Amino acid sequence: MSEYFQMGGHGAYVWSAYGITLAVLIINVWLVRVKRRSALLRAQELATQAEVPRKQPTVRRLQ
Amino acid sequence: MKLPRWFHLLGSPPHVYRLAERLSPWLGGLGCALLAVGTVWGLGIAPTDYQQGESYRIIYIHPQTAYVGMMAYVVMAVAAAVGYVWRVKLAHAAAVSAAPIGAWFTFCALCTGALWGRPTWGTYWQWGDPRIMFEALLLFLFLGYLALRGAFDDRDKADRVTAILAVVGVVNIPIIHYSVEWWNSLHQTSTILREGGPAMTTDMLIPFLIMVAGFTLTFYWLLLRRLQAEILEREGSARWIRELVAEGAR
Amino acid sequence: MSAFNVVFVRDLRVAFRRWSELGYPLIFFIIVATMFPLALSPTTSQLREVGTGVLWVAAFLSSLLAVDGLFRSDADDGSLEQLLLSPVPMTLTVLAKLAAHALVTLLPLVVLVPVTALSYNMPLSALPTLALALLLAAPTLSVLVGVGAALTLSLRRGGSIVGLLVLPLTGPLLIFGTRATDLGLNGESTAAPLLLLAALAVLAVSLGPLAIAAAVKVGLE
Repeated sequence: MSEYFQMGGHGAYVWSAYGITLAVLIINVWLVRVKRRSALLRAQELATQAEVPRKQPTVRRLQ
Repeated sequence: MKLPRWFHLLGSPPHVYRLAERLSPWLGGLGCALLAVGTVWGLGIAPTDYQQGESYRIIYIHPQTAYVGMMAYVVMAVAAAVGYVWRVKLAHAAAVSAAPIGAWFTFCALCTGALWGRPTWGTYWQWGDPRIMFEALLLFLFLGYLALRGAFDDRDKADRVTAILAVVGVVNIPIIHYSVEWWNSLHQTSTILREGGPAMTTDMLIPFLIMVAGFTLTFYWLLLRRLQAEILEREGSARWIRELVAEGAR
Repeated sequence: MSAFNVVFVRDLRVAFRRWSELGYPLIFFIIVATMFPLALSPTTSQLREVGTGVLWVAAFLSSLLAVDGLFRSDADDGSLEQLLLSPVPMTLTVLAKLAAHALVTLLPLVVLVPVTALSYNMPLSALPTLALALLLAAPTLSVLVGVGAALTLSLRRGGSIVGLLVLPLTGPLLIFGTRATDLGLNGESTAAPLLLLAALAVLAVSLGPLAIAAAVKVGLE
């Protein structure tokens, strides 16, 4: 089994390469998730803000 | 010429958002599944290479990440061009979404390439090698795009200025591809896309292609998710978003 | 006088009005060319080996210094908008501005770099090739600097980011230029890279002004 991990001496290279790739994928998924979450939160904020003024009478301003 | 309805709908943020919502799980699920299958196959089942030994197994991740990085740039450049010429905000959003993913994949390609180069060619990095240099250039182009975008306060201006940069830089993509034919390089010339068919045995070719498909689908999954977030940020307090949020809260 | 000439002469006149500033890129080049031997403490032959690369990179870096003079100063005083609104096509204006910039900043480098090469122990016989390669590279370099200048036009602190944008794009130019110089050093045929430099110049000059004009228009909005 350990012979397999050694990969004929090249184990460090192969496993590092696959490891980095996996890490990059995970980082990307995480970054996307963070971005989505903050965007959704912001959208929620804006949604609740938009509802509040409706309860007040509209004020027409002369421009 | 009357364009089909679905074409026009591609310019509508709510439509694209909902489409992305439906497609993403499939792209993500299938992409990750293919990556898992391909990895197990490539690391475990595929036979050892006669010349390179076990280090050749990086062939199942390095060319794929490089390819996806280049594809990401083309997607970015095309989307940016569409946004610039036809003033489609959604296209600009797509370009912005593709950039960071492309940068990461290109970075990954450079790292896996270096780790493959050491046991195979004896060196992690070869400054004179054209393909390595132009791939590094691709990473710089991505970083330059993101840096330039970040420097602008006005989002519309940022969209259009970076669109010009993206299009100017797209000339690098064919250069990367043909660099191995034009110059002497440590890299070998095309193994898959050549006359007479791929120069790889089937038991290596299949996991290779599985990984290509896996990485590609994963890229588009990440792209769509990013695009959704970008749409939310750009459309702000639009009614359809408020309804969406309300739906989600229930 | 054609519109090209009008803009060209005007830009030259503006540049010479601040003639002391013309020297900055050249002095910068000499400083950089001095720093490398200082840092490397090379032997005579080592110096000649690194000379090609060092000189070309230093030349590219120096050309970045004149970037503000291309568009930003005209944008600041409003004359760029006037040029944009005039019936003269912007691509022609851009071409004229790039030509003036090349004449004032790059042409002196074509002379200065080979002279500095002598201090890098390059033989006299290699200098004509170096000068020719730089001459052929100048149009492309001018276009690339123009692209960087135009893209960062509306940014307050655009200067710091211009290098990040322009230098990666100069990759192929650097490769062909240094290759031509090295071949010339060894006395081999330099036709191939020189022709490639010429081809790049044609490509850059024909397509570059379009991108630059578009970027200027967006930047001025």
